[in-house]
Amino acid sequence: MEKFTTHEGLVVPLDRANVDTDAIIPKQFLKSIKRSGFGPNAFDEWRYLDHGEPGMDNANRIKNPDFILNQQRYQGASILLVRSNFGCGSSREHAPWALQDFGFRAILGESFADIFFNNCFKNGLLPILLPKAEIDALFLLTQSTPGFRITVDLAAQVVRRPDGHEIPFVVDAFRKECLLNGWDDIGLTLRHAEKIRAFEVQRRIEQPWLFA
Amino acid sequence: MSKTLYDKLWENHVVHTEADGTALLYIDRHLVHEVTSPQAFEGLKLAGRKPWRVSSIVATADHNTPTDHWEKGIQDPVSRQQVETLDANIHEVGALAYFPFKDKRQGIVHVIGPEQGATLPGMTVVCGDSHTSTHGAFACLAHGIGTSEVEHVLATQCLLQKKSKAMLIKIEGKVGAGVTAKDIVLALIGKIGTAGGTGYAIEFGGSAIRALSMEGRMTVCNMAIEAGARVGFVAVDETAIEYLKGRTFSPKAADWEKATAYWRTLISDADAPFDAVVELDASEIAPQVTWGTSPEMVASIEGRVPAPEDFSDPVKREGVARALEYMGLVPHTPINQIMIDKVFIGSCTNSRIEDLRVAAAVAKGRHVAANIKLALVVPGSGLVKHQAEAEGLDKIFLAAGFEWRQPGCSMCLAMNDDRLLPGERCASTSNRNFEGRQGNGGRTHLLSPAMAVAAAIAGHFSDVRELTS
Repeated sequence: MEKFTTHEGLVVPLDRANVDTDAIIPKQFLKSIKRSGFGPNAFDEWRYLDHGEPGMDNANRIKNPDFILNQQRYQGASILLVRSNFGCGSSREHAPWALQDFGFRAILGESFADIFFNNCFKNGLLPILLPKAEIDALFLLTQSTPGFRITVDLAAQVVRRPDGHEIPFVVDAFRKECLLNGWDDIGLTLRHAEKIRAFEVQRRIEQPWLFA
Repeated sequence: MSKTLYDKLWENHVVHTEADGTALLYIDRHLVHEVTSPQAFEGLKLAGRKPWRVSSIVATADHNTPTDHWEKGIQDPVSRQQVETLDANIHEVGALAYFPFKDKRQGIVHVIGPEQGATLPGMTVVCGDSHTSTHGAFACLAHGIGTSEVEHVLATQCLLQKKSKAMLIKIEGKVGAGVTAKDIVLALIGKIGTAGGTGYAIEFGGSAIRALSMEGRMTVCNMAIEAGARVGFVAVDETAIEYLKGRTFSPKAADWEKATAYWRTLISDADAPFDAVVELDASEIAPQVTWGTSPEMVASIEGRVPAPEDFSDPVKREGVARALEYMGLVPHTPINQIMIDKVFIGSCTNSRIEDLRVAAAVAKGRHVAANIKLALVVPGSGLVKHQAEAEGLDKIFLAAGFEWRQPGCSMCLAMNDDRLLPGERCASTSNRNFEGRQGNGGRTHLLSPAMAVAAAIAGHFSDVRELTS
């Protein structure tokens, strides 16, 4: 997994609540058996004026000029600012894969759907929960300041605005360690292989029907 | 100390706990389908790892499979490759059971698990699919997971989880005639919102839940994720035990006695503490129909489409305005005056035998309205289809003008050819009314199977209670 320590980048505001994973990456792109290459189809139905299908040359498709990610001032954005319940719906990890492949490293929001939130951490994409007042202020600043950039410092657990204002955030200690070090979850879990085996032996005795 | 059912299920599976409370939970059952597993199997192989316990795996192809012309196979080459990749992966690693495309037991993964007795009380169940919460109907801790977690479970038989808070949703009283489990859960989501359950494990209780069949409980737990909760479950009772008796993978003989004795302990203690309690009066619930692009945008069949001005929060107001524009609806339109183009009866929410029986009872002796372009009935599994045909339900649907299809996820998410065209409006028994969910530009209204048939017959949303009373 890609490490996440500190990231400084351009912020793009996506000002709607309940953005679902079907919107982040529509179902026709889930037919891929790869983990990469979803970026050009992130937010496909909002981003392009035509209907997208796998295998199309996305460079030649007509973009929706009204969609925020297509606006000139937000080109190269790597921090996504969102509202509440971002990533709701389907568990598809293709959603964080698409956001990461698009170039995002962090997502700042009021609240996230649970499975999506979890999937982000497995891919070096940092979702950050902030109080509504801070999110509202960031929306105002982003919209009123061309080229608005912020710094996300995972080690210090703060988001730093250019005016020096620091917003602390909470992250599980275990997830933080994994991200800072780029650790592979599976490798970490397998350090407990003996414990898992012992648990399994006991379980087989107590509930043998589970091991039919 | 008294414990919630969630405490009991959790504690029974903890292998190890990190300092910050992150736990390694042992996974009993791993359900696998073709869309979210290929990258996990590939990751496993690239890392030179082997699956930990293949006898935990039950696999099937459901999302991409066509629902008609099976003799032609899967026409879409990309879909076919995904299904063939699952075939290859399962043949290579093995499984407790695999129901490939065209197998008579193939079907939607959340229908076949319980049907086979592969979902048993007290289990942890995972699947790379958010509707895994369905299995909570059997007092399972059933999590929808991402593909990295699918790989993690394959490799370690464990899932890394932090314990959620516990919420009790207590639904007391008796629902009126024509009101079903789907109406209960839609009314609930309308009340608490699509993020109302975020961060919680939901236990559904109360006399209205106890009165539901296992099919009805699966419908409710299925949509726990639509309320934001990753897991939702119901305590074990005799209805659950009766359902599991004699199923393929249910315990037998002495094991059955031992198992059922344990299962009966899978209830919350009388005074167990919950972090949140929500109460609903079942007798007040009318048949529900969604009008927007989120399951919380729901009204009773007697209600009207709201106006953005009805909402004070600016983000919500903007969301409602956008939803009405997408849905092509005018504020204050009575729900029962909205005309529809297509009808879909199916999905992991409502494609079980009981759903089809209820739908057929409404369809019997009636006919789909002339303005309906397509009315599909897609059974949840080959066995559900077979049972329905043995009861003559297929004949009722066909005589009423419905199409009777092969099992699969079908138009719930339109990964196969069953989909809406831009602007088409659908009465759907599925679980998500998101933009484009049933096809690019398609407009989805969620409702119960009985209400879907009533809409098909009227050509617009219509109160099933007026047809059946």
